[in-house]
Amino acid sequence: MGCRRRDPLSCRMLRGEERATEAENVPPVIPTPHHYLLSVYRHKIFFVAVVQTEVPPLFVIEFLHRVVDTFQDYFGVCSEPVIKDNVVVVYEVLEEMLDNGFPLATESNILKELIKPPTILRTVVNTITGSTNVGDQLPTGQLSVVPWRRTGVKYTNNEAYFDVIEEIDAIIDKSGSTITAEIQGVIDACVKLTGMPDLTLSFMNPRLLDDVSFHPCVRFKRWESERILSFIPPDGNFRLLSYHVSAQNLVAIPVYVKHSISFRDSSSLGRFEITVGPKQTMGKTIEGVTVTSQMPKGVLNMSLTPSQGTHTFDPVTKMLSWDVGKINPQKLPSLKGTMSLQAGASKPDENPTINLQFKIQQLAISGLKVNRLDMYGEKYKPFKGIKYMTKAGKFQVRT
Amino acid sequence: MTDSKYFTTTKKGEIFELKAELNSDKKEKKKEAVKKVIASMTVGKDVSALFPDVVNCMQTDNLELKKLVYLYLMNYAKSQPDMAIMAVNTFVKDCEDPNPLIRALAVRTMGCIRVDKITEYLCEPLRKCLKDEDPYVRKTAAVCVAKLHDINAQLVEDQGFLDTLKDLISDSNPMVVANAVAALSEIAESHPSSNLLDLNPQSINKLLTALNECTEWGQIFILDCLANYTPKDDREAQSICERVTPRLSHANSAVVLSAVKVLMKFMEMLSKDLDYYGTLLKKLAPPLVTLLSAEPELQYVALRNINLIVQKRPEILKHEMKVFFVKYNDPIYVKLEKLDIMIRLASQANIAQVLAELKEYATEVDVDFVRKAVRAIGRCAIKVEQSAERCVSTLLDLIQTKVNYVVQEAIVVIKDIFRKYPNKYESVIATLCENLDSLDEPEARAAMIWIVGEYAERIDNADELLESFLEGFHDESTQVQLQLLTAIVKLFLKKPTETQELVQQVLSLATQDSDNPDLRDRGYIYWRLLSTDPVAAKEVVLAEKPLISEETDLIEPTLLDELICYIGTLASVYHKPPSAFVEGGRGVVHKSLPPRTASSESTESPETAPAGAPPGEQLDVIPTQGDLLGDLLNLDLGPPVSGPPLATSSVQMGAVDLLGGGLDSLIGAPNFVAPPAATVPANLGAPMGSGLSDLFDLTSGVGTLSGSYVAPKAVWLPAMKAKGLEISGTFTRQVGSISMDLQLTNKALQVMTDFAIQFNRNSFGLAPAAPLQVHAPLSPNQTVEISLPLNTVGSVMKMEPLNNLQVAVKNNIDVFYFSTLYPLHILFVEDGKMDRQMFLATWKDIPNENEAQFQIRDCPLNAEAVSSRLQSSNIFTVAKRNVEGQDMLYQSLKLTNGIWVLAELRVQPGNPSFTDLELSLKCRAPEVSQHVYQAYETILKN
Repeated sequence: MGCRRRDPLSCRMLRGEERATEAENVPPVIPTPHHYLLSVYRHKIFFVAVVQTEVPPLFVIEFLHRVVDTFQDYFGVCSEPVIKDNVVVVYEVLEEMLDNGFPLATESNILKELIKPPTILRTVVNTITGSTNVGDQLPTGQLSVVPWRRTGVKYTNNEAYFDVIEEIDAIIDKSGSTITAEIQGVIDACVKLTGMPDLTLSFMNPRLLDDVSFHPCVRFKRWESERILSFIPPDGNFRLLSYHVSAQNLVAIPVYVKHSISFRDSSSLGRFEITVGPKQTMGKTIEGVTVTSQMPKGVLNMSLTPSQGTHTFDPVTKMLSWDVGKINPQKLPSLKGTMSLQAGASKPDENPTINLQFKIQQLAISGLKVNRLDMYGEKYKPFKGIKYMTKAGKFQVRT
Repeated sequence: MTDSKYFTTTKKGEIFELKAELNSDKKEKKKEAVKKVIASMTVGKDVSALFPDVVNCMQTDNLELKKLVYLYLMNYAKSQPDMAIMAVNTFVKDCEDPNPLIRALAVRTMGCIRVDKITEYLCEPLRKCLKDEDPYVRKTAAVCVAKLHDINAQLVEDQGFLDTLKDLISDSNPMVVANAVAALSEIAESHPSSNLLDLNPQSINKLLTALNECTEWGQIFILDCLANYTPKDDREAQSICERVTPRLSHANSAVVLSAVKVLMKFMEMLSKDLDYYGTLLKKLAPPLVTLLSAEPELQYVALRNINLIVQKRPEILKHEMKVFFVKYNDPIYVKLEKLDIMIRLASQANIAQVLAELKEYATEVDVDFVRKAVRAIGRCAIKVEQSAERCVSTLLDLIQTKVNYVVQEAIVVIKDIFRKYPNKYESVIATLCENLDSLDEPEARAAMIWIVGEYAERIDNADELLESFLEGFHDESTQVQLQLLTAIVKLFLKKPTETQELVQQVLSLATQDSDNPDLRDRGYIYWRLLSTDPVAAKEVVLAEKPLISEETDLIEPTLLDELICYIGTLASVYHKPPSAFVEGGRGVVHKSLPPRTASSESTESPETAPAGAPPGEQLDVIPTQGDLLGDLLNLDLGPPVSGPPLATSSVQMGAVDLLGGGLDSLIGAPNFVAPPAATVPANLGAPMGSGLSDLFDLTSGVGTLSGSYVAPKAVWLPAMKAKGLEISGTFTRQVGSISMDLQLTNKALQVMTDFAIQFNRNSFGLAPAAPLQVHAPLSPNQTVEISLPLNTVGSVMKMEPLNNLQVAVKNNIDVFYFSTLYPLHILFVEDGKMDRQMFLATWKDIPNENEAQFQIRDCPLNAEAVSSRLQSSNIFTVAKRNVEGQDMLYQSLKLTNGIWVLAELRVQPGNPSFTDLELSLKCRAPEVSQHVYQAYETILKN
């Protein structure tokens, strides 16, 4: 028996047939008599690693997520047909990513130098010229002190864009008060700069960031002493840092939901009404609002009228979803009507939870603001841009 | 044009076509063909027939084609070893290629080909690559050493690769350092005793430097390696911690968790008065919280680890309760873990919030989760005394919902609350009784019956209630039957006048109509108690019960400390030490937290509990397991148990043994195969007078003509301790079979029947190979001799002392426990003679620290006599040598679990004044040496 300790080559698709429970509820670590199966479930595909000895499971799970990210990066989408269509590239990429259980190259920059991602143009060119999509040079970044950046990068337009994106995770109780709320923030960057630029990014209010995870390029010492991000960026798209503003700081909640859902014991009709409105939005508009809710089994159908947007109710899955769109503070969107309940059945045991999605442009709800971005080490003047956005993460309102 | 075309089904001539294409002159056609071959291979088609044709494509300057061929080779070389040799030349050539990418690729691929003949050729190229000028090649070669070690450990040692690998720890390139550490760690895993990763302050410093510069994966390897180091004092520990803390901000969660492990471990050495200690505690919380915002799979592993951390150092996360609140769309495995941690963090300060949440969860859809939430409310009541009242009223609210499973769950936990706070909340009994009819689960019914019996004097119609249950007595589960029996007896003792009929009814149901031995036994005991001495019965049955402990679900502290050392590993997910589930030939070393050795003096230091009872005590009755008295006192409704929602597998993942401990290096020794968890069937109603069983008796003869030494029978269980049953016995080994020779004497005044025997898990997996066969009832003053055949395929758990065997014997009167020590030589197998060469090699191979020296005093035998006497007990003389007038005997023996013990025995013939023998023993599992020595002494002196 080969002793491949971690073997994601067996990233075969298990799909539906293994569905003992719902796919999302399959535990990520499953012991079998001789192996351990560690899996992640993404894009409706299970990616499984088979492990024979004691290894850190997070190591494996992180790696699997990295594999999925890489596939997505290579093929645009990561789905079963796409993986089948590109099986040889998949095999080649996996081989570059892992050697007998030891990760080799997982930075997408480096991988792309080793194995070129397939494009229609390249496929055509390869067929005509007989050249291959395997690089035969050692990637330049592979062993340097800045492994995330290749040398000799050249651009005609030098630009560096940073997106500050914050997601609010919150649980709001029946009465509208916040049970828990926290902010998961990231700064994603798209940097296309020539040469070896050395950047510094400073904030107006760095004290907000007390729980941060950095891209390896960030110099930790400098952050510790001066609260300034100093780094030589990777080329292209990358996540500079992610941060977490914990439940202990007060988190502004930008929306509220007013709800009145009543199942009456005797009659087979229930009443349903929800209204969504803005709360603490710092004057910005809330857009892209969708409301979803899993209704109890006893609900047979719903007959509702929205004041704006469109709504659907799937009587099989009992999923109600309402695409609201923008919230106009002068005319609050609402959805009301009746529910037809199973006749004779008693009132459902559980109350539906309302799930909210929304977006607010040009606002970081934590109040984080970038002060300035400077570049050293290169002579040219780059274009710089910072964008802010707030989104709902797991935003739930209990009824 | 996509690759999915390669997946089209195989037609008959496909292999043929591929063969032609592979041999085509056109490069492009060749490459397409290899791609098709690889695709077929991926989906599991057998394309091994194309081996020579594919290998022919290897000689190419096209890198992609070369890589594809290599992929193919790795997959099929094993099945075509002779053909694989054909590839060797190209490999060797590629290892010299000017392009480092190709050199690295060649050495990497060669390492993956697990064919002995190829590995020989690999040595030279590998040696060169380990010293290659290009760090990319060096780091690939480092991993290759680990691969090679896995295929042929001896070769790696002989070739000196281990030393080269150790040198690479000082390499200038951090990636090379990280890979060298990873390779060494992996090798060390299979050689627990070897001192491969000899960590000292200098090497630690190098590792810490490399830590800052290498990739995220390398950081994990280095951190895991650091965690195995024990700093010499608290200053060193602090300085390492300071350099590790920045890793807590890493984006890779595995790096974060490995850093947490190092910090949690080294923190143990820091004095709590230190400012730095407080700082560190504060720094640990945010990264742990952040892990919970990651993908659910990562969350799950993080939560399992946080569960340990919270038990070890609750102060870290005590303010972070809210992050563990459950979102309704969390996967169920995340929900259950969060719930568990919420209860661990519950305190007087946050209990109101927690209860409000739990109440919310109790209205969710998922039944399992709802049940667990209701149980959690009960656990809160038991944990936080001030909240008990609130919890009870919350539970009552939930009972009002009339949701069936919620009500049942609530009743089960209320019973526990009664047990924790007696005479406080009995006012709710009336409400509980209202729901009597809706209870359909055994646990809830049993709980309700317990409550009725326990508080019979306060419930006016207790007799009616219990009587109503009695109607369907035979349809109830055992749990309910037992509980009903006890409850009615209690009722009778409290209200003797009205309930005589009822109690007689239940006693006769239990003793006459039931097939269940437990129920019958309990029925008889009550019956006898009640008929002989009602006062005593009252004292026993209505005795004051011990309060249930506030946190029965805590992990036992020594295990917790060990698990803390395994943060981030599978062990931390299972909450079991790796020795309990890692299978196969890897030895496992127990890890323990470092003791606090401060450079300045510090007062408190974690104590290591003395392990087990002092050895040498032959006889002790075990009071712990399945305490019968406790059972009678109807404590069999255990306190709430919460385990991980893991699917228990058939491997040894079973419940943690009550007697504690775990497997250790001895059991993890080579060749050990984890046996199935199922132990010997209890076989309680043993068939009597079966003719076949006579066969077993034939072997019980006393004559031990050729077998190993048999000690005289000793009393194992005196009659006093076993209600008149006296058991004495000994162990024998004859022609490969082990048996336990027992002598049972009935010193009581009544007949004994229904004998059965069971062993607790023990170091060598001894277990009865057949049920205990006692043909006829044993009348008073009668003695029977029985030989019980044993095998060694039972469950294994290391005992203290090693040869301790805990036995339970049951008869119609009771269950008795005793423990005995078995002589190790019953485990010496017949094929224990080692070949001379092998002996020499093995002797050298076992490190000197595993050697143990003993003296056998006053043994006036010459070498021949010694040799032949030992041989009859399966200790074989491999060689004999005469050195300076002394005879040296070299001997070997093998234990049933495959452990070899080598011995050197010095005999001084013809010197009457000098009759001591000197014995040196070498064994990979040194803990057996002491017992082997004892076996020598017993054999030689009797």
